[in-house]
Amino acid sequence: MSSLVFLVPLALLLGAAGLGAFLWSLRSGQYDDLDGAAERILIDDDQE
Amino acid sequence: MSCCAPGVEAAAGMAAVASPEEIRLASRELGGGLRQTDLSVPAMHCAACIQTVERTLGRLPGVENARVNLSTRRASVKWRGEAAPPMIAALEKAGYQAHLFEAEEDKVDPELSRLIRALGVAGFCSMNIMLLSVSVWSGADAETRQAFHWISAALALPCLLYSGRVFFASAFAALKGGRTNMDVPISIGISLAFGLSLYDTLHHGEHAYFDAATTLVFFLLIGRTLDHVMREKARAAVRGLVRLSPRGAMVERPDGSRDYLPVAEIEPGMRVLLAAGERVPIDGTVAEGVSDLDCAIATGESDPRRVEQGATVRAGTLNLTGPLTVVASARAQESFLAEMVRLMEAAEGGRARYRRLADRAAQLYSPVVHATALLTFIGWMLATGDWHRAIGVAIAVLIITCPCALGLAVPIVQVIAARRLFENGIMVKDGSGIERLASVDAAAFDKTGTLTLGRPRLLGSDRYDPETLTLAAALAVHSRHPLSQALAAAGAGLALTSSRFTDIVEHPGLGIEARQGDTLYRLGRAGWALSGEGEPAEGTVLSRDGRLLSAFAFEDTVRPGGREAVRKLQDAGLAVEILSGDREPVVADVAARFGIDASAGELLPADKVGRLQELARQGRRVLMVGDGLNDAPALASAYVSMAPATAADIGRNAADFVFLHESLDAVPTAYAVAREAGRLVKQNFGLAISYNAIALPIAIAGFVTPLVAAIAMSLSSVIVVANALRLRAGKPAKAARGRQTGRAVGGGNPLVAAR
Repeated sequence: MSSLVFLVPLALLLGAAGLGAFLWSLRSGQYDDLDGAAERILIDDDQE
Repeated sequence: MSCCAPGVEAAAGMAAVASPEEIRLASRELGGGLRQTDLSVPAMHCAACIQTVERTLGRLPGVENARVNLSTRRASVKWRGEAAPPMIAALEKAGYQAHLFEAEEDKVDPELSRLIRALGVAGFCSMNIMLLSVSVWSGADAETRQAFHWISAALALPCLLYSGRVFFASAFAALKGGRTNMDVPISIGISLAFGLSLYDTLHHGEHAYFDAATTLVFFLLIGRTLDHVMREKARAAVRGLVRLSPRGAMVERPDGSRDYLPVAEIEPGMRVLLAAGERVPIDGTVAEGVSDLDCAIATGESDPRRVEQGATVRAGTLNLTGPLTVVASARAQESFLAEMVRLMEAAEGGRARYRRLADRAAQLYSPVVHATALLTFIGWMLATGDWHRAIGVAIAVLIITCPCALGLAVPIVQVIAARRLFENGIMVKDGSGIERLASVDAAAFDKTGTLTLGRPRLLGSDRYDPETLTLAAALAVHSRHPLSQALAAAGAGLALTSSRFTDIVEHPGLGIEARQGDTLYRLGRAGWALSGEGEPAEGTVLSRDGRLLSAFAFEDTVRPGGREAVRKLQDAGLAVEILSGDREPVVADVAARFGIDASAGELLPADKVGRLQELARQGRRVLMVGDGLNDAPALASAYVSMAPATAADIGRNAADFVFLHESLDAVPTAYAVAREAGRLVKQNFGLAISYNAIALPIAIAGFVTPLVAAIAMSLSSVIVVANALRLRAGKPAKAARGRQTGRAVGGGNPLVAAR
């Protein structure tokens, strides 16, 4: 029982951090162009 | 989304290229002299495309920044300066067809991000609660259980308030309008489950249904989000199509100065300058110039019309061969296009009355469930006198019957059906369109642009002397006139040998002439090309020094797969007919070629609507397939409607379905998918009802624990989703996929491209 006192809040905190990260990435437009992100990795930056 | 393909190119081939003035007019002011223009570039599909497009645009003078979005096949360009950089021309040179995209429609979809945020919160809460619940089910001692129930309650509250709002808002709106929909029993179920669990937690009860309530919200939100994503994708694809109506036009002032004005600011009496290849923006009369007009989109006529001074022209027609000066006779709000919009608004109604299947099911379902719960409560009250126990069982009844399966039954099938249609190049604007399409018993087709492509084709090209045909094709290459392009296409297979012409001149409305040494060749109207008497004065001919070399006959190209499509619909028991604005004999001829018995020609837009309303009065449910401006009111008034991607803008917006590929096979495919989707929805309802028939007695008997409720609910949802996945119609989409990935080649004919 005593371990639960900090393990459960810790688990919830980590989960909430994940949720926060998801909402942040959503807001900053990281899901706007999923196809483009997959293809852009193939572009060499140093050509120009 | 790889919907870039053939249909879009065909549309691009027909549209006029936007002038710098039009680009400027369509751009968005960002402040500080910076402007943004959004371009739709349907042919982009890989990293190299991204790079080419971004570099091509980035190198143009005045361009600050160009960024490609590959998912939506769009490029947004930020630029400075007075005149817009030649973006479309530069992209064309780099091998990409591009057209302007409506900037004002390109707002981030607030509904989608709201749904996704709600889904994220619901997922977080329900999963954590489920984790805690598993410990409770596996036998946590009373103290731990109590602690876990409190944590669960704390997690369930934001889930309900934030994510549940989607359902509460919709249920409230329905109740306020005096109706019920599926969200009403859902809302009642989850709020009661939460309320009872909170009460039990306060009183150290053994059971709490927080997991059931939040998981339900999570599952239903997944269905709803998928549904929304699918429809939004289809809408974006339709919005990305070429806009056919011009945004503005070059106006010549009395003092000779020229201004590019938005269509809405053009007043009657203004002189509008139209180059060849531009669309007529407003109704008017020709003041100067001779040209041919393509009226296919506006009136359904398949043959180009020759216009000269004094002729009236209608908004929406395409100026083909020569420059024209048109004096506006009406404002944009009063022109042909606006008249169509008014007719459309008047015609709508039949569709607005349609009630969705899920709502009709909810209407039957909610009273039954709520009455059962009430009876259970009364029964337990009478039997035991323990009101807490009675309420507990009654709420368990509500939770177990809470329409998780019912709530998913319709949307999940429609999501999969929409996806299947999408793979076949068919965009669905609205889920109810699939429901309506499944129940049609008649189909009405427009002719020009729908059954046919509105592109003439040389009749029996092997009947002509190859040498003559080569000559004609070599001349025809120099003209934009559809008949010339048909000739050029017919001659494309032949070797263009020594046909060297000099002094090539196109006479708008008449034809094209050229010299070869001393010989004068003319290709065009018989009356103009031939000098001698007793020769035919009608038709299209090739002449040498005024003497007839050959006369050419054309027919409208039948849309590929057209005959098979019509036969499939007839085999399925649909009554097929043609409603066209073209001349009677042409319509009758096409009807005979398609094996359609009923046809009507020379119909005005209002006549088409009238015919559809007459059919509706007879109790028929009509699928209308059409593309022109003159079809738009009919598309809006039909029970369900489809339009090709090449259709006029308002027609596309009025239709429930838009198909991107050239083949008319899209119509029977969509019908087959809709029919099967309808069948699966019925099966899903059956499954949900039989699940209730089993679960309800257990709930009424008071045997439902949170564990049983969780298992029963997930099981029924999984079964419903699995059943929806069985949708087979339209499955072998390999051919379509192959075409989608194929690199887009510029529209028009290969000869022009080769030159």
